[in-house]
Amino acid sequence: MSIQVRNLSYVYNAGMPDEQKALDNVSFEVYNGQIASIIGHTGSGKSTLVQHLNGLLKPSEGTIIVGGTDITEAGVAMREIRQKVGLVFQYPEYQLFEETVAADVAFGPKNLGLDEMEINDRVREALSLVGLDVDEVGERSPFDLSGGQKRRVAIAGIIAMRPQVLILDEPTAGLDPGAHREIIDMIRKVHEKEENIVIFVSHNMDDVAALSDKVLVMDRGQLMMSGTPQEIFHQRERLANAGLDIPSAAKLMMQLRKSGCEVPVDALTREDAAKELAAYLQGKSRKC
Amino acid sequence: MENIIQIKNLTFDYIRESDEGSETIHAIRDVSLDIPEGSFTAIIGRNGSGKSTLAKNLNGLLLPTGGKILVNGWDTADEAHIWDVRQTAGMVFQNPDNQLVASIVEDDVAFGPENLGVPPKEIRERVDEVLKSVDMYPFRTKSPHLLSGGQKQRVAIAGVLAMEPRCIIFDEPTAMLDPQGRQEVMRIIRRLHEEGKTVILITHFMDEAAQADRIVIMDDGRVIADGTPGEIFADEETLRRIRLDVPLAVDMAHRLREYGIPVPADIITQEKLVEYICQYK
Ligand SMILES: Nc1ncnc2c1ncn2[C@@H]1O[C@H](COP(=O)(O)OP(=O)(O)OP(=O)(O)O)[C@@H](O)[C@H]1O
Ligand SMILES: Nc1ncnc2c1ncn2[C@@H]1O[C@H](COP(=O)(O)OP(=O)(O)OP(=O)(O)O)[C@@H](O)[C@H]1O
Ligand SMILES: [Mg+2]
Ligand SMILES: [Mg+2]
Repeated sequence: MSIQVRNLSYVYNAGMPDEQKALDNVSFEVYNGQIASIIGHTGSGKSTLVQHLNGLLKPSEGTIIVGGTDITEAGVAMREIRQKVGLVFQYPEYQLFEETVAADVAFGPKNLGLDEMEINDRVREALSLVGLDVDEVGERSPFDLSGGQKRRVAIAGIIAMRPQVLILDEPTAGLDPGAHREIIDMIRKVHEKEENIVIFVSHNMDDVAALSDKVLVMDRGQLMMSGTPQEIFHQRERLANAGLDIPSAAKLMMQLRKSGCEVPVDALTREDAAKELAAYLQGKSRKC
Repeated sequence: MENIIQIKNLTFDYIRESDEGSETIHAIRDVSLDIPEGSFTAIIGRNGSGKSTLAKNLNGLLLPTGGKILVNGWDTADEAHIWDVRQTAGMVFQNPDNQLVASIVEDDVAFGPENLGVPPKEIRERVDEVLKSVDMYPFRTKSPHLLSGGQKQRVAIAGVLAMEPRCIIFDEPTAMLDPQGRQEVMRIIRRLHEEGKTVILITHFMDEAAQADRIVIMDDGRVIADGTPGEIFADEETLRRIRLDVPLAVDMAHRLREYGIPVPADIITQEKLVEYICQYK
């Protein structure tokens, strides 16, 4: 399984006075077993891009090949694409529609034609992966939940289908810190278990640094750069120009440098930064 | 300092009707808080702990099930003063798309004061002034949907400011923003506070909460802690129990201690941590 995007362009309201080019000649690929993240300023085209990957939007130009199938061709069954590629929307309100939480999460698996028992198991498992208990919230209306609870239900509904490509559009926005950690761990766990492709959109540079094999940087509809987190987060200036930033641990190390401490500055995660700082401080005290 | 908002033994229940009868959700359970005029309070807490419900009670979007709320002395349940309440305590939501109504930025900002019956000439002045104050004046004739998230959120803030509220409640205003948009909005919040507005900020970002003078932690509909950022973030026990985070400096200090570096407990800001590391011998 792999995803290849070739020269993808998309225009909203083409031919109208409020025509808006949202994607401009974007090309990249994501391979089996990879976690890729998409970062970029608000309005840079991230959501527009991911909605193309499960066939929700049709390109104005370009092709998208998912597991060997060109999904932009006429006659491709959407149902099949949706089974392979699961997309969790940025605004979970747009995704929830059943009367109860349990029914909402069961909707996808039901459409896959699974039997009752398998469906129930998957609902329970998916909800527990996002930190919700089916016995507690299963019978409640998804619309009567808090913002963060809605988001968790929306994620559960997609992972219950066990897609080969799991796409999450800002999955942790609005989540409390505990749930945030859980969702990040969940992404890692699901990825390891299913060995699927994960693509997630995020404004959180710490998560991007910690999780991604590959980072795609969008700027005004164009793919500005792509590479490993190391490659991307060393381009501090270019990121700043695109409305972005570096991970918080890297910022701390930069600030230390500016204050005259000769610490190494390539750490991107807090684990690595702590390790480097400890070594630096222990070296310092030995010298005295 | 006068208390611009007084919350007295507030309870709030949502009633859910279904086929099996009705179910009551106790979203707020006996909360009492005073908000002094000019203060900057952050409210943090898990998803579902009652933060938004509390916020919506503060400006009369929801009315108490029990207890009461006084805004500038007016009871929010007093229909005769509901517009006074809404004008005194304005609200900015997480998703600016839900807050922007007009197809031109300046019309959107004028919407609030128009509804309050402000004379047209004064509306014009207010709109220009608030758009300048959030650095969006050059965009006044643009369509809101062509703006970035941070820009939209600033227009939404301008719309609230145009009603000249003395208190502004921000319910996760930066959740959908990119790193720069977040910084822009936080800069504006800090400035509003410096200019004397009362600010209440609901957030899941601990580094944002750390910028307030006071942090209130909600859990399961109750206030379980109320103190300065220093006090709140020193109590790692409570934070861990309810699965909240600590700011970066506190986390890094913790990690360094595990490597045997004796970082003192009172280091909670990045500046202090940098100072400590640079002076370490
Ligand atoms: N339905 C629509 N109609 C017209 N223009 C749209 C529509 N949806 C998005 N746009 C525009 O397309 C551009 C890209 O939007 P998109 O939602 O893909 O950005 P994004 O990177 O996901 O931003 P955010 O970080 O705010 O979610 C923006 O300029 C936006 O205003
Ligand atoms: N319209 C509603 N009807 C019924 N119950 C609701 C409604 N809105 C919220 N609740 C419930 O009330 C409780 C408090 O919700 P509230 O939205 O105030 O939480 P919150 O602290 O703002 O959470 P979040 O951080 O996720 O935004 C939750 O249990 C929630 O499920
Ligand atoms: Mg988006
Ligand atoms: Mg809320």
